Amino acid sequence: MIAKKPSVEEKEITCIVCPTGCSIHVKRLEDGTLSIEGNQCKRGYDYAETEFIEPKRILATTIRIEMAKVPLVPVRTDEPVPKEKLDEILDFLANIKVKAPVNCGDVLVEHVLGLDANIIATRTLGVDTCDKIACEI
Amino acid sequence: MLQRETDVAIIGGGPAGLAAAVEARNHGCDVLIIERDDSLGGILQQCIHPGFGLHEFDDELAGPEYAQRYIDVVENGGIDVLTNTMVLEITPTKDLYAISENGVINIISKSIVLAMGCRERTRGAIKIPGYRPTGVYTAGLAQRFVNIEGFMPGTEFVILGSGDIGMIMARRLTWEGATVHGVVEIQPYPSGLIRNKVQCLDDYNIPLYLSHTVVRVHGKDRVTGITISKVDENWKMIPGTEKFINCDTLLLSVGLIPENEITKKAGAALSRTNGPVVNQFLSTTINGIFACGNVLQVHDLVDNVAVEAKKAGKLAALYSKGVQVPTSMEKQIVRVSPGNGVGYVIPNVINLDVKEEFIEKAGSMRFSLRVRKPMQDIYIKMRSGQKELYKKFHRYVRPSEMIIFKIKESIKDFLEGLDIDTPIEVYVEPKNKQPGKRERD
Ligand SMILES: Cc1cc2nc3c(=O)[nH]c(=O)nc-3n(C[C@H](O)[C@H](O)[C@H](O)COP(=O)(O)OP(=O)(O)OC[C@H]3O[C@@H](n4cnc5c(N)ncnc54)[C@H](O)[C@@H]3O)c2cc1C
Ligand code: SF4
Repeated sequence: MIAKKPSVEEKEITCIVCPTGCSIHVKRLEDGTLSIEGNQCKRGYDYAETEFIEPKRILATTIRIEMAKVPLVPVRTDEPVPKEKLDEILDFLANIKVKAPVNCGDVLVEHVLGLDANIIATRTLGVDTCDKIACEI
Repeated sequence: MLQRETDVAIIGGGPAGLAAAVEARNHGCDVLIIERDDSLGGILQQCIHPGFGLHEFDDELAGPEYAQRYIDVVENGGIDVLTNTMVLEITPTKDLYAISENGVINIISKSIVLAMGCRERTRGAIKIPGYRPTGVYTAGLAQRFVNIEGFMPGTEFVILGSGDIGMIMARRLTWEGATVHGVVEIQPYPSGLIRNKVQCLDDYNIPLYLSHTVVRVHGKDRVTGITISKVDENWKMIPGTEKFINCDTLLLSVGLIPENEITKKAGAALSRTNGPVVNQFLSTTINGIFACGNVLQVHDLVDNVAVEAKKAGKLAALYSKGVQVPTSMEKQIVRVSPGNGVGYVIPNVINLDVKEEFIEKAGSMRFSLRVRKPMQDIYIKMRSGQKELYKKFHRYVRPSEMIIFKIKESIKDFLEGLDIDTPIEVYVEPKNKQPGKRERD
């Protein structure tokens, strides 16, 4: 080996584990290991590591619902999903429609996009047959 | 006029009202919740993002999900609920009047818990020059439109104020296909949680303009853009730093204030949080009227709302059962005042003349406060004259995070150590205090 190659990736991560909000600098070294600097504790180290390798988020949004008193039912993934998949999941959910009744916690989509996570309802919405507009007419 | 009687009447069916109701019911009282909306859950029904109940349920629940856990208990627990019913007034003699589709209802209750939540500051409260075109909304109203009613109030957004609701809405709108051109914050630091700055703004490269404000709203019928400007430390705009941003919608996330019309009408004294003055029993200055949740102080964590509300619910229940719960108006009280670096402290007063058996029943002595600005390496201290009552080191404190502490020693000893003529002071002290140098607020 002749000269040291520059490290391939680096990133500045703000730790959100506690209110201190440390700025953590993560760098992938040429041997593939990570250099993590700026954290003040182990929890921050772990956070920065995961956030660098595969950041994940719980996704919470709404999907359309029919026969309920409101047009949307709030939903979320039941476990964190890779951050780079969020857009794809949102697009997928934008084209889905469910029917009341829905109970809080019901699985509305199993293994969304083949991931481990399911989409669950976060609100209970019963059937509201008296369609408001129809009633007024 | 319709009439109803109950032991504990709870005004507002948000998390505070629900938790208070469950607790009062557990103490064997007849409980009635009065909610103006068509469902229970309060503001949580529109907060669909996760992060609620971390402490209480050890889970990252979405707002409606958290609310549902309480709603289930309320619905199965023999608690009466009136929805679509708005409380208009509590008279100084504690007569409660509400209105519903069926007309005015007079509710006679042995005790009352105020749990009406808060409302958003609006444009009038912050004075931006320009016409009043369509396209200026509060962030909370926009949250309701997007998350419950399924309607997008615009396509190109700017958000004024970096409170949590504003930042959460920035991400939400981005997900719904809108463009958020920036969040404008007058302070030199974000006013919401770091977590929200990272996950809602940084994740989507939404610029945060710190030490900036909106100086003009353009457009006559519909917003066509806004001008922002840098401000100095006194919040004065710095000429020459103006920048025009194209947008069709401006959201205001410029703070929340306790809903206090009813509190005022009842004749209860208000404190500097704009909520009612309360003592360690969360009793207002009126016998039998208690307060909890955002109507008392604006909370950032719903778990803390629940803790506070359970206490209010329990004390209201005890009061209804004939226990003498001291109000914050009695003679034997000592004031709790916010000192250096502290915005406010709750309770506002402490009753000294408390029967021993009641001390046990009333539970822990809990204080909550907010600091005025972000600070590092400080002590939060409490003293009565020269006597130190509490001290804790904090590496970092921010106004966006409420600080809560409890008195660890016996409450009896604590009360006995107080002096009626010496107010209690809660204040910030830098760790390496240099003599003669005082922290500036
Ligand atoms: C717009 C907005 C968005 C928020 N978003 C978040 C968030 O994203 N994350 C977070 O952690 N916290 C958020 N909060 C803070 C949140 O409000 C608290 O965590 C919690 O919901 C407070 O509970 P509460 O019961 O005190 O108030 P609320 O949830 O506001 O409940 C008060 C209830 O009282 C009812 N009411 C008021 N007046 C009357 C009356 N006269 N008669 C009958 N009923 C009445 C209201 O309809 C409402 O249902 C938000 C607050 C607001 C205002
Ligand atoms: S690294 Fe440790 S101290 Fe720093 S923000 Fe993260 S958890 Fe807090």
